[in-house]
Amino acid sequence: MRDQVKETSLIEIKGVSRLFPKGSGEDLVVLEKVDLTIRAGEIVGLLGRSGSGKSTLLRIIAGLVSPSSGEAKCRGEIIAGPPRGVAMVFQSFALFPWLTVLQNVELGLEALGIDSAERRKRALAAIDLIGLDGFESAYPKELSGGMRQRVGFARALVVHPDLLLMDEPFSALDVLTAETLRTDLVDLWTDGRLPIKSVLMVTHNIEEAVLMCDRVLVFSSNPGRVAAEFRIDLPHPRNRLDPAFRQLVDSLYARMTQRPEPKLPSTASAGVGMVLNHVSSNSISGLIETLAGEPYNGHADLPVLAGHLQLEVDEIFPLAEALQLLRFGQLSEGDLTLTEAGRRFAHLDTDERKKLFAQHLMENVPLMGLIRRVLDDRPAHAAPAARFRIELEDYMSEHYADETLHTIVSWGRYAELFAYDEQSETFSLENPH
Amino acid sequence: MMLQDIRTTVLRDAVRPNVWDVVALIIVVGAMVLIVYGGEQTTQPLSALDVAPVSLDPANLPLYALRTTLRMLLAIVCSLVFTFVYAALAAKSRRAEIVLIPLLDILQSVPILGFLTFTVVFFMNLFPGKVLGAELACVFAIFTSQAWNMTFSMYQSMRNVPKDLEEATRSFHLSGWQRFWRLDVPYAMPGLIWNAMMSMSGGWFFVVASEAITVGNTTVTLPGIGSYVALAIQQQDLAAIGAALLTMLLVITAYDQLLFRPIVAWADKFRFEQTASGNPPSSWMLDLFRRTRALRKLSVPFAALNRTFSNLRLNWPRAWSGPVRHAPPSQLVDGLWLAVVIVGCAYAGWKTYLYLSATLAPADILAAIGYGLITLVRVAVLIALASLIWVPVGVWIGLRPKLAERIQPLAQFLAAFPANLAFPVFVVLIVRYGLDANVWLSPLMILGTQWYILFNVIAGASAFPTDLREAAASLQLTGWRWWFKVVLPGVFPYYITGAITASGGSWNAAIVAEVASWGDTHLTASGLGAYIAGATERGDFPRVVLGIAVMCLLVTLFNRLLWRPLYAFGERRLRLG
Repeated sequence: MRDQVKETSLIEIKGVSRLFPKGSGEDLVVLEKVDLTIRAGEIVGLLGRSGSGKSTLLRIIAGLVSPSSGEAKCRGEIIAGPPRGVAMVFQSFALFPWLTVLQNVELGLEALGIDSAERRKRALAAIDLIGLDGFESAYPKELSGGMRQRVGFARALVVHPDLLLMDEPFSALDVLTAETLRTDLVDLWTDGRLPIKSVLMVTHNIEEAVLMCDRVLVFSSNPGRVAAEFRIDLPHPRNRLDPAFRQLVDSLYARMTQRPEPKLPSTASAGVGMVLNHVSSNSISGLIETLAGEPYNGHADLPVLAGHLQLEVDEIFPLAEALQLLRFGQLSEGDLTLTEAGRRFAHLDTDERKKLFAQHLMENVPLMGLIRRVLDDRPAHAAPAARFRIELEDYMSEHYADETLHTIVSWGRYAELFAYDEQSETFSLENPH
Repeated sequence: MMLQDIRTTVLRDAVRPNVWDVVALIIVVGAMVLIVYGGEQTTQPLSALDVAPVSLDPANLPLYALRTTLRMLLAIVCSLVFTFVYAALAAKSRRAEIVLIPLLDILQSVPILGFLTFTVVFFMNLFPGKVLGAELACVFAIFTSQAWNMTFSMYQSMRNVPKDLEEATRSFHLSGWQRFWRLDVPYAMPGLIWNAMMSMSGGWFFVVASEAITVGNTTVTLPGIGSYVALAIQQQDLAAIGAALLTMLLVITAYDQLLFRPIVAWADKFRFEQTASGNPPSSWMLDLFRRTRALRKLSVPFAALNRTFSNLRLNWPRAWSGPVRHAPPSQLVDGLWLAVVIVGCAYAGWKTYLYLSATLAPADILAAIGYGLITLVRVAVLIALASLIWVPVGVWIGLRPKLAERIQPLAQFLAAFPANLAFPVFVVLIVRYGLDANVWLSPLMILGTQWYILFNVIAGASAFPTDLREAAASLQLTGWRWWFKVVLPGVFPYYITGAITASGGSWNAAIVAEVASWGDTHLTASGLGAYIAGATERGDFPRVVLGIAVMCLLVTLFNRLLWRPLYAFGERRLRLG
């Protein structure tokens, strides 16, 4: 049995890293020393926040991106270009709007040079399997999101791949549609009706991972690493209300909130180079108010809070972390607790909230302190954004530098700590009133 | 009805021609006969033109119109082929891009009519004594007026292919050739068709202008509407000019209804939108063909051929295989390539200098620049005047949907109409009332191009969001505040698009607008257009080159320093939605 499993390993990833070159010389590490083996007969989930490199890993396996170092093999051969027997389902569906459903599904077969009779037969079979009968001659724009993603699945399945890659396939769909598609897919999989051997899916939805996967790899961010691996042995169909299911969801939440803590600036040691995810001051106020009110009274379980606010993991984590960064909240083991300042904030009026926010911003966000110092020192009390962008890019990629600047501008404006002119990209102390 | 009956009806209906087939067949066969006839005419020896010179008999007009239309069609086919090759090369190869894109940018601002001088000589020498040479020169002139913006549009589309579709084609193992026909071309289609339509509109102007050309001692008069009008001017026949205008009206209407509307309606499926739009374009011609049965069956082999063609297992050379490369590009090869480009440029520059300095003095250059500035002032004043008139009118029309629906096609039609056919009417007036040519010839430059401003502003005002209008009304914004704070910023990006086209067209028109004649009366307005036209007529090549170079320079500067910043500003700050 053991040997057989070894033989059928489809994908082998050993020590794979991926760097993106930055302007300032040092490369940005997106993915660091990742190991992963995918065997036949399993659904593997890659779970993590955005920027954790999980999509990059998927694209390395798809042959769309090459690793900077390490070894990526498909059926024992080094991956160079998209390997045969691997098909992909895209988050955005990636359907060709000028081709009908049938033509979209046949596309992959045409590329393989399969003759038209066989092509038509297989395409119709895939369309039938995935529940698209009657839509063969429709164009994608005539379909709903769910139906479009079904086309995406049919197009991938029709080439009979050994491995099906899915890049957040349900995240562009509404809740109900996504659920139907998930259960349909799991049903087909457990019935053995899918012409595939394994599935690798990227997701940031914890419940989705627990619902569908046999194995979940949790990724940590900056740089992307595999932080933990969970086996999920619950039998299909899985019930979200099953205590064992909830238990798994809770432990995954705890695992995902655990990692960022050590690098958070308890001592402001992260300094100016800290990446600030953009979270609006309105959302921060809203979250503090919700937490301070009933039924939470200043303390909430993150999965429960996310469910209540209808937020995805990708949305609730940056919010919770912003609260922690500004010392309005404390994160631990998947729980979020308001601090004393947070409770006070909830009961202040607009002007006083701004003052408290400004105070916490100056104390806890080193970049804010730097901007104020520079503005105070300069005779004109003005400085171009480029001055800070260059400094940020020493620590992070251009993309993150932009996002961090964007965040500091919106927070600083709210706190009335500076003025910012979008046109000329300048910070100043000018007060418009 | 029994099931059996239904079946047989369906079966019979599937192949039996219907009444629409007959109509469509007549159109198709008619078009083929006309094309063959027109083609035969071009292989005749040049002397045939002298044997059967252009005559003012209105009975000849349909035939002349056909010849003119055929030249247009041939040119657009050439432009399409050029577009596919040039854009693909520029988009797929970084090294080719370095040279091709700036080159295209300059070519766009070259005054096409100035070009004629060289191309006529070149093509006449290529096919000595044959009408074909002159025909090709004319087609080439139209081609140069059409190709550049189409190529730019295609190149930009190819560079902006959505990343997920690009990944999908790679993930599903499509070859480079398949990718080009399945992804790049369809994605570029809407932009390409819109630009082809604009190009065709502009093309009528040039086909008319280039049918009767005099270069030095050679005068070539190709049978066509343009030469018909040229003759009418010579013989001072106002009625003939009226007949020509009417014919042109019919030709453009037919071309719009029979060719372009069907294509636009058909190409709607290529629009990269995930949601169905409310009001897709329609065409009775396309509906007619879709209703035919037998002809649709006939199109099946073509579809199959197209499929086979696009599925050929060809691939780009490895070096071109798209933007994702595994190894960083070689610095050495880059350096060598750059060196080749620089040396080539230096050599061309030196040759030009030698050629021009043999006959021209620095004073000539100053004179040309002086004339250029005069024309520049003309263009600027005319665009300003046209804007003052057409922006308010366009806003007024655009905010009334019913009216806009009717006026919009008219404005587009007027933009396509070759304004140079109408020049004589104005010249007659100037001569009759003894007006100053320097002032009154100027409006001719913008006669044909002002409509671009109008229909773009109408489009902008039509797209102006209702909620913003309602907000303005509820805030009691009226008068100049309403214009300057609400509507003008809203239509600004559209206005700029129209003004850029109008200004480019006016520069080109200067060459035919600054000199005009009616019989023996010749009117000249001093300016760069008249300078180039005069040099062409004398066969004075160095001065033609100088004039074109100065015009290129001025147009490019005008675009870079004024239009592009305005365009960027409009896109960044004022684009709604």
